[in-house]
Amino acid sequence: MPRSSPGPRALLDAVASPLHPQAAATLAAALDAGWAEPTRLYAEARRAAALLERARESIAADLGVRPPELSFHLGAGPAALTAALDGAAWPRRRAGATMVASAVEHSAILIAGRYAAAQAQDARLFLEVPVDASARVSLTAWGHAVATPGCAVAALQHANGEVGTRQPVTAAHEQCAAAGVPLVVDAQASLGRWGVPPAYDVLVGDASSVAGPPLGLLVVPERTAFRRSGPPREAEFGRADARVWVPLALAAAEAWQQCAAVRAADNAAAHELIGRVRAAVAAIPDVEVVGDPDDRLPHIVTFSALYADGESLVRELDRRGLALASGSACTSSTLEPSHVLAAMGALTHGNVRLTLPWEAAVPERQAGIERLIAHLPEVVAGVRAQLGAQGL
Amino acid sequence: MSAEPGVVEVDARGTRCPMPVILAAHAARELPPGTHLLVLATDPAAAADLPAWCRIRGHQVQALTTDPDGAIQAHLILGP
Repeated sequence: MPRSSPGPRALLDAVASPLHPQAAATLAAALDAGWAEPTRLYAEARRAAALLERARESIAADLGVRPPELSFHLGAGPAALTAALDGAAWPRRRAGATMVASAVEHSAILIAGRYAAAQAQDARLFLEVPVDASARVSLTAWGHAVATPGCAVAALQHANGEVGTRQPVTAAHEQCAAAGVPLVVDAQASLGRWGVPPAYDVLVGDASSVAGPPLGLLVVPERTAFRRSGPPREAEFGRADARVWVPLALAAAEAWQQCAAVRAADNAAAHELIGRVRAAVAAIPDVEVVGDPDDRLPHIVTFSALYADGESLVRELDRRGLALASGSACTSSTLEPSHVLAAMGALTHGNVRLTLPWEAAVPERQAGIERLIAHLPEVVAGVRAQLGAQGL
Repeated sequence: MSAEPGVVEVDARGTRCPMPVILAAHAARELPPGTHLLVLATDPAAAADLPAWCRIRGHQVQALTTDPDGAIQAHLILGP
């Protein structure tokens, strides 16, 4: 494996980014101030409990909900998502056990849904709703699926974390409401960065989206019927499997607050930088930008290069100081390509995914984008040459 | 498996993405429009990538099947 260059690095895969510097400082301080178990009765514990509730209040305020409606989940977004689906479906168990999800939902949903249907040998227990070439869910098919007798719960992303396309959440929620089906909106890619989804019954996010530590967020408004299956839980209003570690919540709240303060300006700058990448990529022969060109998150872009393999592209970019992800099969452990790209009918090979970090977390991000634009044509051509794919 | 008359077979079995598409493209370069190309592959990504390549290059997918053992057969008609 080639060694990475010693020159400047550009981290352009903010699914996990360096912590916001103030979140990192808060985390360090919280190791002293917030280490105690907040349910104990001694002074250190009471202080930790008070800090935890302040963190909860500050994030809840930005989300426009009451603090008890927000719970924190260790295990990050996927743990909050699992809790969301379980807790929204259980009160509906007399109606049925069918789950509806778009074909581009988080793999945690798709794997669980397919597993449940396979275990019960009943394909009707999990309905996957197709998407169009831009990853947007078909509302006609969505409406049919949620109106199916036995439907307990539905899950739809606010926006897709791989390609950035936003979903018609308002219309999908109306269809769910008409059928009496609660809608879990998975906003792991957008919450904190792109505001609150316009409609939801249960909402899921992750503090990673604001350059915070991985910490799952679950919003259950008072109006939503919600109860986890199985024995009662104690943590986080009965919603979480484990108590939150207070320093994580404090760092998450600090990152949240810092990013909320610069959200509009950072999004505008991100939109412009991503727009430059999209234009540069489109000028390379046989490279397709994937996802909706306009109705998308401002900080994500994904493209696929025909006749190239994702692993070689990502390794060569890394050698040139550029850290990016890929949805191609050869870069994952499963040998299966990204289910999102496959569901869209996009090329799954030669895929490169850029998730722009917040400028505060990665101040050199603009220089990184400029380097990416400068290097990419050569990188793509080089990988194609290695594969004997010139002139096709 | 031998190809039927008039069908050009590309055997990409055992190769990983993006080789099935590259092998199909090499074959297509030498063939006239309307040729029936049968691509055999075993890489799961080929089931998504051969149709995507056809969309980009203006070829048509006549049929694409995946056997339970993962063997993919893509019947393609080359475009102009």
